Amino acid sequence: MASKLGVNLTVNGRSHAVSIEPRRSLADVLRDDCGLTGTHLGCEHGVCGACTVLVDGKPVRSCLMFGVQAGGKEIRTVEGLADDDTLHPLQQAFWENHGLQCGFCTPGFLMLAAGALEENPDMSDDEIKDVLSSNLCRCTGYQNIVKAVRIAARELRARSRA
Amino acid sequence: MNWIGRSLPRLEDPSLLRGGGSYVADRIGKAAAVRFVRSPLARGTIAAIEIPPCATVFTGRDLSDVKPIRPILHRPDYVPIGQPVLPVDRVTFCGQAVAVVVAEGPALAEDIADQVFVDIDATDAIVDLDAAVAPGAVPVHPEAPSNVLVEGGIKTGGLDNVFAEAAEIVTLELRSHRQSAAPMEGRAGLAEYDAASGRVTLTASVQMPHMLRTGIADTLGIPESDLRVIAPDVGGGFGQKMSLFPEYIVLVWLARKLKRSVAWIEDRRENFTASAHGRDQAFSLRGAFSKDGRLLGLEADLRSNVGAYSCYPVTCGVEPLMALAELPGPYDLAEYGVRSRGVTTNTCMMAPYRGVSRPMLTFSMERLMEVAARRLGIDPVDIRRRNLISTFPHRSPTGLVYDEGSYQQAMEAAVNAINLPAFRARQAALRKRGRHLGVGLSVFSERTGYGTPAYAARGMEIVPGYEIVDCTMDPSGNVVLRIGSSPHGQGLKTSLAQLVSDELGIEPQRIRIVSGDTDTTPYGWGTFASRSMVIAGGASKLAAGQVAGKLKTIAAHLMEAGPDDITLENGFARVSNSNRAMEIGALARAAYHQSHKFKGLSPGLHESAVYDPGGTFSNACHVAIVEVDIETGGVKVERFLVVEDAGVLINPMIVDGQIAGGVAQGIANALFEEMIYDESGNLLTASFADYLPPTSAEIPEIEITHMETVSPESVTKAKGVGEGGAIGAPAAVVNAIVDALSPFGIELFELPATPQRIREQLRKAGVSVHG
Repeated sequence: MASKLGVNLTVNGRSHAVSIEPRRSLADVLRDDCGLTGTHLGCEHGVCGACTVLVDGKPVRSCLMFGVQAGGKEIRTVEGLADDDTLHPLQQAFWENHGLQCGFCTPGFLMLAAGALEENPDMSDDEIKDVLSSNLCRCTGYQNIVKAVRIAARELRARSRA
Repeated sequence: MNWIGRSLPRLEDPSLLRGGGSYVADRIGKAAAVRFVRSPLARGTIAAIEIPPCATVFTGRDLSDVKPIRPILHRPDYVPIGQPVLPVDRVTFCGQAVAVVVAEGPALAEDIADQVFVDIDATDAIVDLDAAVAPGAVPVHPEAPSNVLVEGGIKTGGLDNVFAEAAEIVTLELRSHRQSAAPMEGRAGLAEYDAASGRVTLTASVQMPHMLRTGIADTLGIPESDLRVIAPDVGGGFGQKMSLFPEYIVLVWLARKLKRSVAWIEDRRENFTASAHGRDQAFSLRGAFSKDGRLLGLEADLRSNVGAYSCYPVTCGVEPLMALAELPGPYDLAEYGVRSRGVTTNTCMMAPYRGVSRPMLTFSMERLMEVAARRLGIDPVDIRRRNLISTFPHRSPTGLVYDEGSYQQAMEAAVNAINLPAFRARQAALRKRGRHLGVGLSVFSERTGYGTPAYAARGMEIVPGYEIVDCTMDPSGNVVLRIGSSPHGQGLKTSLAQLVSDELGIEPQRIRIVSGDTDTTPYGWGTFASRSMVIAGGASKLAAGQVAGKLKTIAAHLMEAGPDDITLENGFARVSNSNRAMEIGALARAAYHQSHKFKGLSPGLHESAVYDPGGTFSNACHVAIVEVDIETGGVKVERFLVVEDAGVLINPMIVDGQIAGGVAQGIANALFEEMIYDESGNLLTASFADYLPPTSAEIPEIEITHMETVSPESVTKAKGVGEGGAIGAPAAVVNAIVDALSPFGIELFELPATPQRIREQLRKAGVSVHG
């Protein structure tokens, strides 16, 4: 067994000091060492995107990144998206527009959309659909996911103007 | 207030949206990790299994007291095949588990599994469906010398006559290639040993928890009371998670053997190679048509590749027998001759996948109608008009009774919505500019919500079908509904809460649904076959209705009125034509705490009901508009329209979600997804880089409208809707491609219609394409 390395991760604003094997993926570290099981693993080869988290604001496949690479970086997961009792506009829009069924891919889609909208709040409807093609969903047929993200994008733009 | 018919946001969602979902992998804690060592070869004799020193590894020899999985159909043509939980002497498909490793953590378990050497003397594998039934083919199992595990057939008396008199006979060879349901969460199980009781709790990502308990108890030879099965949040199933898999039996065996908790989370490669597949089917059809396009008779030879074993509990009869019974679909057919076979090969087991045979049989019938229409010079819509069933109840040549539907009306509505003349004009204009658009139609029936009679007719030893629901109102007037059904993403809890709300006059938020736990729910069959809204919904309505009846009796007594004068709504029991009312919570409290007052009523509010319906047919018409790039063979679905009739919609938003998700899987079936084995039986498509579910870029907005035919066959007036999207879409898309390429006279009879297959046809037609 490989020796472990000590790493400090900042996840959703909280500091986690973990001792991990260098071969462990960021997804495994988040789930097993930080106890944040909202990040899901659907393929572990970087295609499905269920494990998408934000690393320094950018959407990242956490199954393709080693935990030790995340030392000193700001990580955000689905658990950090809501403001306590108030759902994030993306979560609210997914809820109201039936953007999820089994819910397994949902955290990945939420974080993908959150990162993309933070980078470009003015994405066109086509750009949104294009970005969302990064991840796989097997239940919804996507249209309600696309719709929810478009609605949340409008809501976020309205808030930033307010 | 009426809750039925409202698009209530789902009660399930807030925790899922916050990352609070609880799937198996989220619950494993400190359990030891389990890793299966799998056969790298499709067929051979196990010469030796070499285990690294000091490792905890078990093989089939260690599990020799565990009985094989051996599902039974009581039919003379059925050959029962036992599937060993871990094989001792021979391997039968690539990916079959042959040994199991237990270690502290999944990475270490994988390291050890890599060091287990399985020495197999390889022999040639039987992979292809038609090769398996060719004369002289080597048997996959000695019990089945012909490789046919199940065979059925019928022939009506007048079939030969109608073929002799037919104006046109259309002969088609159709092929559907193998698919995986590919749920986003793979299979997973956590078996926890309780030292005090000796019981094991298996938490697993499954659709049929009660059935799993029965199956595991039977193979291990233990009473069911020694085992509890929990289906927590389940990340999609689509049929793949119905079956009893060897891995779950091994997990429970390990927990009992090692007296500790063990967990197995399968990886994607395991899900592709060793879970279950479907849709590997070849159909030969002959249709006899009159001059005016009436389908007079149908002759069919149907072959389904069922893989290496028979799935438990529904057996390998599920695809071939469904195909046999339901091939005529929505068409009024008098004469029918069919032979349907389930064929075993050295490939991963077939199990139900959303639609089960019906995507292929709808594809086949809809291609048949199109080809016949062209040959006879009849408009494709007209030929369907002349053949769709329109009087009810309709009895099919196989004895199925169709309750009332809107087959004709749904098609007319769809054709109107698409504005066919306008499309034809646009199509012609774009063709002049070298763009190839096409429109395709698919009309189908979806048999849903069928109870024990349908399964008994197949000769199943285990006959699923009914559902039991326990409904309890507590003294505060809130309700717990315990169901044997086991939803996994369908939003059933929300829909049931709406249904029960209308019975009891309380808000859906006051109703808690308990499912997926054999210790706390009545025995039931689970969620599959478009059945839960009809059957669990029916039992829920009946049980809640019984509680409502009791509440009304109590209210009548306390308010000095007749029970028939009481209505339950908005949290109150009201006496009609008066201002007398009592809160339902107060009545509930009285039912428990003042029970001595109500002579003839049992104390409390706890009722149970069973529902076991004969079944009801939903119907729909799908229309696809596609554009084909004749240079690349690529297809873009520009528009997709659904006119669906599923009776009364309990939650329209959820119904639309089911349809849209099903259509996406159907488009994938039409264009993208294919499990490919090489001739040695190695799976070449064992990752999402090779097996291609569509993304948001490939799926258009699905336009859905509803019709509402109320069926007496469903107490909730709802028909099932889970599979229709997947059933109808492949035919509509491929018919649209053929329409787009009609200037070249190209036909397609194979699913999926990949760019390679389309280009092959274009090349054959002499259309200039590169390569």
